[in-house]
Amino acid sequence: MPAVSKGDGMRGLAVFISDIRNCKSKEAEIKRINKELANIRSKFKGDKALDGYSKKKYVCKLLFIFLLGHDIDFGHMEAVNLLSSNKYTEKQIGYLFISVLVNSNSDLIRLINNAIKNDLSSRNPTFMNLALHCIANVGSREMAEAFAAEVPRILVAGDTMDSVKQSAALCLLRLNRTSPDLVPMGEWTARVVHLLNDQHLGVVTAATSLITTLAQKNPDDFKTSVSLAVARLSRIVTSASTDLQDYTYYFVAAPWLSVKLLRLLQCYPPPEDAAIRGRLTECLETILNKAQEPPKSKKVQHSNAKNAVLFEAISLIIHHDSEPTLLVRACNQLGQFLQHRETNLRYLALESMCTLASSEFSHEAVKTHIETVINALKTERDVSVRQRAVDLLYAMCDRSNAKQIVAEMLSYLETADYSIREEIVLKVAILAEKYAVDYTWYVDTILNLIRIAGDYVSEEVWYRVIQIVINRDDVQGYAAKTVFEALQAPACHENLVKVGGYILGEFGNLIAGDPRSSPLIQFNLLHSKFHLCSVPTRALLLSAYIKFINLFPEVKGTIQEVLRSDSQLRNADVELQQRAVEYLRLSCIASTDILATVLEEMPPFPERESSILAKLKKKKGPGTVPDPEDNRKERCANINGATNHSSTTANAKASAPSFIGDLLAPVLPPINRPRPVSSLSLLPTPLTPLSLQAYAMPLSPSAGSHFQVSSPASDLLSLGSASTLNSTPPSAPKASASLLVDVFSDNSPTAPIGAPAVVVADENFSRFVCKNNGVLFENQLLQIGLKSEYRQNLGRMYVFYGNKTSTQFHNFTASVVCQDGLNSQLNVHAKPADPMVEGGAQLQQTLNIECLSDFVEAPVLNIQFRYGGILQNISVKLPVTLNKFFQPTEMGSQDFFQRWKQLGAPQQEVQKIFKAMYSMDSEVTKAKIIGFGVALLDGVDPNPSNFVGAGVIHTKTSQVGCLIRLEPNAQAQMYRLTLRTSRDTVSQRLCDLLSDQF
Amino acid sequence: MIGGLFIYNHKGEVLISRVYRDDIGRNAVDAFRVNVIHARQQVRSPVTNIARTSFFHVKRSNIWLAAVTKQNVNAAMVFEFLYKMCDVMTAYFGKISEENIKNNFVLIYELLDEILDFGYPQNSETGALKTFITQQGIKSQTKEEQSQITSQVTGQIGWRREGIKYRRNELFLDVLESVNLLMSPQGQVLSAHVSGRVVMKSYLSGMPECKFGMNDKIVIDKQGKGDATVSIAIDDCTFHQCVRLSKFDSERSISFIPPDGEYELMRYRTTKDIILPFRVIPLVREVGRTKLEVKVVIKSNFKPSLLAQKIEVRIPTPLNTSGVQVICMKGKAKYKASENAIVWKIKRMAGMKESQISAEIELLPTNDKKKWARPPISMNFEVPFAPSGLKVRYLKVFEPKLNYSDHDVIKWVRYIGRSGIYETRC
Repeated sequence: MPAVSKGDGMRGLAVFISDIRNCKSKEAEIKRINKELANIRSKFKGDKALDGYSKKKYVCKLLFIFLLGHDIDFGHMEAVNLLSSNKYTEKQIGYLFISVLVNSNSDLIRLINNAIKNDLSSRNPTFMNLALHCIANVGSREMAEAFAAEVPRILVAGDTMDSVKQSAALCLLRLNRTSPDLVPMGEWTARVVHLLNDQHLGVVTAATSLITTLAQKNPDDFKTSVSLAVARLSRIVTSASTDLQDYTYYFVAAPWLSVKLLRLLQCYPPPEDAAIRGRLTECLETILNKAQEPPKSKKVQHSNAKNAVLFEAISLIIHHDSEPTLLVRACNQLGQFLQHRETNLRYLALESMCTLASSEFSHEAVKTHIETVINALKTERDVSVRQRAVDLLYAMCDRSNAKQIVAEMLSYLETADYSIREEIVLKVAILAEKYAVDYTWYVDTILNLIRIAGDYVSEEVWYRVIQIVINRDDVQGYAAKTVFEALQAPACHENLVKVGGYILGEFGNLIAGDPRSSPLIQFNLLHSKFHLCSVPTRALLLSAYIKFINLFPEVKGTIQEVLRSDSQLRNADVELQQRAVEYLRLSCIASTDILATVLEEMPPFPERESSILAKLKKKKGPGTVPDPEDNRKERCANINGATNHSSTTANAKASAPSFIGDLLAPVLPPINRPRPVSSLSLLPTPLTPLSLQAYAMPLSPSAGSHFQVSSPASDLLSLGSASTLNSTPPSAPKASASLLVDVFSDNSPTAPIGAPAVVVADENFSRFVCKNNGVLFENQLLQIGLKSEYRQNLGRMYVFYGNKTSTQFHNFTASVVCQDGLNSQLNVHAKPADPMVEGGAQLQQTLNIECLSDFVEAPVLNIQFRYGGILQNISVKLPVTLNKFFQPTEMGSQDFFQRWKQLGAPQQEVQKIFKAMYSMDSEVTKAKIIGFGVALLDGVDPNPSNFVGAGVIHTKTSQVGCLIRLEPNAQAQMYRLTLRTSRDTVSQRLCDLLSDQF
Repeated sequence: MIGGLFIYNHKGEVLISRVYRDDIGRNAVDAFRVNVIHARQQVRSPVTNIARTSFFHVKRSNIWLAAVTKQNVNAAMVFEFLYKMCDVMTAYFGKISEENIKNNFVLIYELLDEILDFGYPQNSETGALKTFITQQGIKSQTKEEQSQITSQVTGQIGWRREGIKYRRNELFLDVLESVNLLMSPQGQVLSAHVSGRVVMKSYLSGMPECKFGMNDKIVIDKQGKGDATVSIAIDDCTFHQCVRLSKFDSERSISFIPPDGEYELMRYRTTKDIILPFRVIPLVREVGRTKLEVKVVIKSNFKPSLLAQKIEVRIPTPLNTSGVQVICMKGKAKYKASENAIVWKIKRMAGMKESQISAEIELLPTNDKKKWARPPISMNFEVPFAPSGLKVRYLKVFEPKLNYSDHDVIKWVRYIGRSGIYETRC
């Protein structure tokens, strides 16, 4: 570039700029600018032509005024005139003005394009460069349209100067970025690749940038660049530093080019050709070796350049992830940097190590640096470096060092910078959960976490604690005790109060035996925090209180007193007021049985992706949070299945479900499953469809007494849905309503006219698929227990009716109805029962069952009796299912597979893939399969985690052989169930029954 | 309730910062600087809302005064306070300038502590303030003096102390008015009003009782001699705290015990029967795309014996003006490129006269399609009468205790009419 000579300086411009700089106020500046604009206008207006120098000067001033933020609406023409000048400085100013000021829809665009075209074809390299720079700087679509074809031609033409080629490559890169659709891919692409072989290193550097961008889009077109890039790289790496003259930067050979080549190589997988591959490995090794050499210069530029190449090489190694030795060497190299006194290097080393930690080859190597990293966490002065250290600790964590790392993070948290606290909290919560061997440690850790950094503990974290405590009954007692102790502190964080309220409300009874934590003390402890809390927490505490009433009837009076106080009943907050009123009524009116039903312990939560992990992902953006478990799944056998939440793609898609959604999920069961409305967030009132149905019977004449009870309860339900904060309020009732309809239509599609419109209860039905004894039905009046035994096609069932009230049931009748088709398939004979049931007494009835052929529906037990003069009508589905008539069959592996093959017809096989609803414990699964009636065959399936069973179903008319195979996938929390029987209807029915059990 | 008060210089550097309430943080200082003083576009609204905080500002020469609050305050109250604050500062150290503020910053903090308490405006009467906030060093006051100040400031007549004595009892009364006008090119009055002030300087002994009378229409009509004098209709008025409002409400008479020294007795506004001292007749002709011919005639419209002064007519020029030729009969006219206007100045002009200017403006053709918005022609002047028509009928002084009567007081009355925003569209 020709230097601007002294005499060429524009004095007027300098004076003007210094005037502006000396202005005291904005008004003075505007005045000065107005004056100057008037001057320029009068000059441009002048009839006498201006010479190039003045034109340049005034255009320059206009440009300066524009850059100060004022509108310029003239002078464009003069600038375009400058383009046709032959003087470099004038042309340069003209192009400058145009690239800054001319907008695309200007009338002048044609003139400008013309001038650019002239310059491009001028063969004067300086002018060509100016034109190319202008195209690149403007980079608009119009420019691209006009020159997208021209620029590649210049780039690959044989006679173009090197400097022009360089500019052309960069110009093309820019056009490709702004309007990729307009840049034609043609035969020039092949020739561009060969620019990597160019003599001139500047051209190679520019071309590498271009190729890297193009290769990211069309990797196949530029495949050949790999070998060329490797060759070029090896030439640079192995050259003595003096070979490249101008391109040696502080004794490092062409660092920019090396970095770009390494980036280019990262667009492709490791080269397949062994020779190229060997050469590349050699290069990378050389780069790693060079890092060990003593520095050739003490200047910071030398080490910067060297390290830039080194880090890019390491990212290439990580990208390839195929050479264990290189990975380990890279890791060791980074380990050295961890103690370097240059902060930037430490930062970069930590960052690269994070990615290295996720590679299986180098994970162990990374782990050796744990002490250094922990030290970095404690001593680093720069918060961003500490943040990287936290990331790395998170990435390198596994079962062996989890305790140490979590402890370190916790201790660091107390002094951590505010900006990263929340993230550390999330990470601690995740690690503690993922690698918890015993859950007491987990509970301790999380409570500690809340104590140390309560403000940064997000909702998800404490939701998760609750989920885990509820799902694992072995820690419930411990959790209650710990929480109780933690609450003793005079000042607790609100989150701790929330956790405490929830856990004591659920499991306070587990520690109530200790006189130091008697129910009253527990309650008083919780209530002492009540007034310090925000409204949502208070609402939660109120729910905890009502649960206390259920758990400890002895404190009922105290709690009612609290609920009755004006500060609750007349609270300004509607939510609190409603809760107080309804809980008070509920506790006054409902009998202990209703309370026990309504306030039953929360059912276990379905396992799903940890909401905390989802939150962390959301926070960091997808893909940036490597789940350590994901990356090392092969080696890290997951021992605690209950907390396994490695994400699958399906889970990731449904990522970040709100916790409320989690809780409500069972409201919308995939199929007609029991326990539908049972768990509502924060308001643990498992209203089963039965109790609902009892309440929803105002139509039947006998409902009078129930109705009173039902109103608060159904209110409670709507309150519950209202209290789920963000869910749609009517969802719960709607779900239950639709469920009721479903059940109804399922069971009696053609119910005889005149039959009482009673809905059949089946909420416990599926519980009996795998077992024979238990409580089938319970409401506040009646409990029905079952005991049954089956042999071949015959069965006997003992039904126990327990009168829960203190008064008699009159006119008690119980009959079994086999609706429509079922009559011919199943024969059920019920012995008549005593018409009178005394208060508190139990009545037994025996049913004899005979299976005639395979069946789908279940018989219905209709019970009628008078209680207090009102007719009660209850219908329960009897859990007589096809699998009850199984006879287990033992067989060997060979035998099994032979039969398996025999039943190969498509209609004989039924396969179902479904999501696990309960924890995937293999012992439980085994028990369930045996309970289902088939023989569990060990050692048949080559995969020991799969379950295989065989059995024969006996009916009066025929026998149906049945083979079962269940393949759990702990990773995805999914099961695949395959059934083969000789009859297709049987296969289908059994599959439906069994798939509901896991 | 004002949360804080800041004073900035023209660069946005904070000269004075006084925070009265906790809801105003330090960042408010910067927020105002960034969003108002250093704003890209000039901020024209005196009230700015930034992040739920309201900033009320006034500008005096190069100094910005900003009151800040987070609450929903009465904006008029805040501005009244700011203007009062300016008056107080002017009374203490003269012109409000960066230099003066820097030299008096201890005094200003002292004043701010006195006139605002927890954001509530307190006594801001200069006379009263001067008795206990002095610019000299603190002379140790005796107990009696201190208690006297307290009883005076908290007493019924807080604005005047007892025992004032003058050899010559003198009284100066100025009626200062500014007339605002917007006129259509055809000479139709689109809007016009006069805002006026009655400013007094009193040097009277003892505790005199004064009575002020003017040609207020209501009073004149009541007295039944409306035919003799021209009366004016006052739209609204405000008084100095010394005026007995109950008496004004019942009898419409203005009676008061005046403070010592200079003060503003009343402020008023009229919109009817305004005497417009000048009429501007513009004539603009566009000749092609590159030329504009402008002719402006001004006519003075008052008694020929009176002389208007400091007349200035400002004719805006288009933004693409490249050259201007001006011809005028009287005064001097010049094209000021820095202000994009032709400024025509006349030193003196008698009533019932006419004067004319004509200009030829050359334009540079631009590729910008925006049409010139033709801003109005504005005018500045000063006339020795009240354009509202207000006349002082009497000002009586009674001092029963001391031995001087109304006749012994020397009284001076002066009328000055100035232009406010006096514009004519063209």
